[in-house]
Amino acid sequence: MTINEKQDEIIEEFDLFDDQLDKTQYIIDLGKKLPPMPESRKIDANRIMGCQSKVWVEGELKDDKLYFYGDSEQTAQISKGLVGLLIRVLSGEKPEDIAKADLYFIPRVGMGNLITSLRAGGLASMIERMKAYGRAYSVSENSH
Amino acid sequence: MQSAIETTLDIQQIRQDFPILHQEINGRPLVYFDNAATNQKPLAVINALTQYYEGYNANIHRGIHHLAEQATAAFEASRRAFQEFLNAKHWQEIIFTYGTTDGINLVAQTYGRQFLKEGDEIIISTMEHHSNIVPWQMLCEEKGCILKVIPVNDEGELLLDEYEKLLSERTKIVSCVHVSNSLGTINPVKTIIDKAHEVGAVVLIDGAQASSHLEIDVQALDADFYVLSAHKLYGPTGMGVLYGKKDILDAMPPYRGGGEMIKEVTFAKTTYNDIPYKFEAGTPNIADVVAVKTALEYMAGLGKENIAAHENDLLQYATEQLSELDGLRIIGQAKHKIGVISFVLDGIHHQDTGVILDQQGIAVRTGHHCTQPLMQRFGIAGTTRASFAVYNTRDEIDRLVVGLRRVQKMML
Repeated sequence: MTINEKQDEIIEEFDLFDDQLDKTQYIIDLGKKLPPMPESRKIDANRIMGCQSKVWVEGELKDDKLYFYGDSEQTAQISKGLVGLLIRVLSGEKPEDIAKADLYFIPRVGMGNLITSLRAGGLASMIERMKAYGRAYSVSENSH
Repeated sequence: MQSAIETTLDIQQIRQDFPILHQEINGRPLVYFDNAATNQKPLAVINALTQYYEGYNANIHRGIHHLAEQATAAFEASRRAFQEFLNAKHWQEIIFTYGTTDGINLVAQTYGRQFLKEGDEIIISTMEHHSNIVPWQMLCEEKGCILKVIPVNDEGELLLDEYEKLLSERTKIVSCVHVSNSLGTINPVKTIIDKAHEVGAVVLIDGAQASSHLEIDVQALDADFYVLSAHKLYGPTGMGVLYGKKDILDAMPPYRGGGEMIKEVTFAKTTYNDIPYKFEAGTPNIADVVAVKTALEYMAGLGKENIAAHENDLLQYATEQLSELDGLRIIGQAKHKIGVISFVLDGIHHQDTGVILDQQGIAVRTGHHCTQPLMQRFGIAGTTRASFAVYNTRDEIDRLVVGLRRVQKMML
């Protein structure tokens, strides 16, 4: 599935909910399903700064594709859910595609205050970190 | 907690004075519990701003035309209103600033730089807002002074015995918050001031939180400086007051250079204006200064003791109701508090609590509330804080409790 196909799928899933609280519950449940990141990877180099809660993201290149791992401190479940959502969209894709991905699902799913509070809380920083991995591992970028 | 005085206020009627309260957030009626950050403005204050711009906007003091005179008169009338509000002896003791932070910086950068020297000591408390920590740290760094900190107990009250041990002839400034923004604790500032004066130190009281809840009498307190912000007094943002004793203000050098703060400027030498104008360089925030007088009149009309009684009722009710929730721990259980209730929920991050309450139309503040050292004292990263104003109701506290139960249901 491409990045955009995955985004469309998420938009459809969120369309099932009218209520903001139900959407939030869905994100929390996504977070609960996210496999925990090994403690050894929760290092400052992987920490996303600018969040009220602690969030870590790490990328790894395997067979020309980028795989992401992420987590938040245990109690911060909304952040964890959002990390999980981004991992679902971007993980396992080619670095070039990640670097140039247009994440249109974020405004479209109608997460309301999650976006604004998480912008303050580092959603933009999480995306930027993942795209930075994409740029760093892009063949085209590296060939310059 | 303070003894409850029956409030005579008609809260539903008062709510009609605040247009912003009558809206839905995320499909639910707004519950505004972020009053310690800023409280909402009655229509009379909003109208005062509009009337200023529609009727007599002009730059003040040196204009000879009618509008300038009218604006100047209104501006200076606000100064007299604050003189009365704080019971200052002289109108010249009221300096208009941009807010509490600005007032503290002014004192640190003028009084502090002029009169403190290496080895002198400044005392603050553990429960200070960053704005009453950082200006003193900057001064200490520049002058080689030493910052000392009054500790707090587990209830969130200052340890006065420890304070007395910190005081010495080296103490030059004590700067302490009247009411904690994070905990709601009302500090015994009269005692703090008297003890500081015994060793010859001057005292600044940060009244940002206290001024809309308590009667302030700077003469009775014998405070050397008292600072506050208008936007926490049902007034506009962007202006505040520094009260200072006249003889101290006279002895202080000016803060910023510019228009209004001078008597005469030549390229050889500039002579400075008298107080309060010496500290009011540049065109001040005229509209907001003018409008804040209406906010003071609004509070006086309700009666501060009535406001305090109502808020105290809300605090007691909220304390009882929130205590019923499993896994909720109130941070700050001082005997004397204003209507601020800070808490943590077991296993739930305060950010998530804030987001989910907001989705239910309930506005609270989450995080460290610009008091990181205090959070460190309690071993927490932050709290969720509900803070009350005169227009809040017990029904809204019930909504908060329901909202928190929903948070727990979703998270746990």
